[in-house]
Amino acid sequence: MKSDDPRMVSVLSMHDQGPAPEAQIVRDLVRRGAMAAPVLVGASAIGWGADGAWSAGYGLALVLANFALNAWVVSVTARISYAMLMGATLFGYLIRLALVSAAVYVVRDLPWVELVPMCLALVVAHVGLLFWELRYVSLSLAFPGLKPAATATDADPSHAD
Amino acid sequence: MEALTRIASAGARAAAAAGEFTAAEAKANAAAQMAGLAYGLAAIGPGVGIGMIFGKAIEAMARQPESAGMVRTTMFLGVAFTEALALIGFVAFILLKFA
Repeated sequence: MKSDDPRMVSVLSMHDQGPAPEAQIVRDLVRRGAMAAPVLVGASAIGWGADGAWSAGYGLALVLANFALNAWVVSVTARISYAMLMGATLFGYLIRLALVSAAVYVVRDLPWVELVPMCLALVVAHVGLLFWELRYVSLSLAFPGLKPAATATDADPSHAD
Repeated sequence: MEALTRIASAGARAAAAAGEFTAAEAKANAAAQMAGLAYGLAAIGPGVGIGMIFGKAIEAMARQPESAGMVRTTMFLGVAFTEALALIGFVAFILLKFA
């Protein structure tokens, strides 16, 4: 690749101006998290009482905040440049991991905190919500006509005229 | 990992034998050290994985900008799945150290 070729564009200067799909994914994740919350909190309440329920709710909130922060960083930096996206997401991973650690560390000795249901909620909510979302995304990538936002004309070109 | 566990246990036994800690305290210290080590090790793999995912995704978007939306969707989910490994390591650390 010749760097002085005017047709060549460096990946460092490229950026994305289209819509941010991460925002849509996080909206879906939050909606599904709200649907799953009663089950998660209820199961923790049965096992560990009211403290377990509060702790599971806190764990679920941490997971959703982590997703939202990640999506915000990706969508903002992708509009600046792909190089910025790479750097921000790699450092963002470390920072978000530190934030989750700090959020658990700070509350670990509070009277309403039960560590086991909180940690279980962290892992189960993170992986469970992702699998739920993955099912929808893989379906909509394979069959774009199944997207809820698609109109009849998008799904069936014969209705276009 | 088994060798590290043996080393930590031997250190704990030696400290207990020297009278610096009780056996229970020495065991708790060894568990805390191993938990910290496990957390650190668990964060390395996802870090490498996330770097690879983003590197390949940026390459794909640079080659085919029109597919950026699809690439970013799968990239975001892939990164979140990879992060789950680090989260599991963190949970193991918290449970070993504080529970």
